[in-house]
Amino acid sequence: MTPAPLAVSLRAARLVYGGLILFDGLDLALAGGCFTCLLGPSGIGKTSLLRLLAGLTAIGISGELRGDDGLPLTGRVAYMAQQDLLLPWLNVLDNVTLGSRLRGEHPDRERALHLLAQVGLADCALARPDTLSGGMRQRAALARTLMEDRPVVLMDEPFSGLDALTRLRLQALAAELLAGRTVLLVTHDPLEALRLGDHVLVMNGRPATLSTLPDLPGVPPRDPGDPAVQAAYRAILRLLGAV
Amino acid sequence: MRGLGRVLLTLAGLLLVWQIVVTLGELPPYILPDPLAVAASLWRNAGMLLGHAGVTALEILMGMVLGTLLGCSSALALSYSRRARRWLLPVLIASQAIPVFAIAPLLVLWLGYGLGSKIAMALLIIYFPVTANFYDGLRHTPRGWLDLARVMLPEPRRWAVLRHIAIPAALPALGSGLRVAAAIAPIGAVLGEWVGSSAGLGYLMLHANSRMQVDLMFAALLVLAALAVGLYFIVDASLKRWLPWHPATPETSETD
Repeated sequence: MTPAPLAVSLRAARLVYGGLILFDGLDLALAGGCFTCLLGPSGIGKTSLLRLLAGLTAIGISGELRGDDGLPLTGRVAYMAQQDLLLPWLNVLDNVTLGSRLRGEHPDRERALHLLAQVGLADCALARPDTLSGGMRQRAALARTLMEDRPVVLMDEPFSGLDALTRLRLQALAAELLAGRTVLLVTHDPLEALRLGDHVLVMNGRPATLSTLPDLPGVPPRDPGDPAVQAAYRAILRLLGAV
Repeated sequence: MRGLGRVLLTLAGLLLVWQIVVTLGELPPYILPDPLAVAASLWRNAGMLLGHAGVTALEILMGMVLGTLLGCSSALALSYSRRARRWLLPVLIASQAIPVFAIAPLLVLWLGYGLGSKIAMALLIIYFPVTANFYDGLRHTPRGWLDLARVMLPEPRRWAVLRHIAIPAALPALGSGLRVAAAIAPIGAVLGEWVGSSAGLGYLMLHANSRMQVDLMFAALLVLAALAVGLYFIVDASLKRWLPWHPATPETSETD
């Protein structure tokens, strides 16, 4: 069911915002079928980098973006933001199938219901988003992202608005359901990055540069209490100058 | 029910003040009739009042429907095409700068003494609030929703985005426009009737006024007020029923 893995490369990315060079000549490579986490402090340009990958270009940002088959990424990316972006006038099922209706295709309700069951919302298919809790709304957004069935999934702090327990559950769910896709998750939470990432990139400095952390043992989602995770957590905090 | 009680209490208070003013001021009935005289006139002339109210109600409703259709199409054209913005926006602003009161005699001259000129008046008076509110809503589609649509669509499809996202997102704004329209459409219709007509509550009021039937004038005024308030509540209740969601705007995060 998962599309063939697609590696992504971004070369010479540059962002100028308000006369300030946030990054310049930045290269980013996402390994095909791997879960990559991009970690960095707020205001460093993480979201802009992700938006560039999603094709949401804006003034001041540029870069060469390609899949490893040499083709552009248009139409092969799914996007999940910090806000659930559910449309309040549609029920959950119609929200999940929004993409097909926008493209004028016939929505595959069977698959949408199956995905809703996978994210634990089988009973809420016909509910309005405003009757759901924050965690359930983000689950619905995850189902909508999976419904798009794209090889590349870009996520911008999708769990940062949730309480700690809900966040841990949704991280596990995302790791399970997104396995096999090329995922980039932007976060400012080091533990989240260490829990979910096959690879963890740290974005830091001005202009910002990317550094790759040594890969951790084990398969995501990792236990946050794992000694290797804890050691890496301390290393990141030192790297970012927090301790 | 407590709301209804408050309304009734306010009405009773107003009637009492009215009666006190008439009694203490020793006003003759041809200046200000007392509430009972107006009630008697309302009862006596119920059939005639109802007939005229029907005419005015028809004018208001037709004006509302046509004005809403025209306003919505204008707003859609404005948001869809830059050329429409360039040509239609000045017209829209001008339509608000020229008072409808000033062109009422012209409308009667062109469209005659019948329904047409009154419908046109009601239409013109609600055109601006409907268009401006809906256009404003269409312009302020939350950016997150548009981003989502852009990533979902391999090539841009403006009409699909308009239909599935921008128009529904703008409906609460259109709702505010329609509430204003419901409140001011009766003004347009009655104004048209004053300038020249042979039926309707506005006509009846002028007619009664010229014959010193001030009690009948007040009765017509009450019926008109009931009509306007009723229209507003019907529109308000329908909007609450059909547009139950709040104009929720997911915050748009800038560079982070």
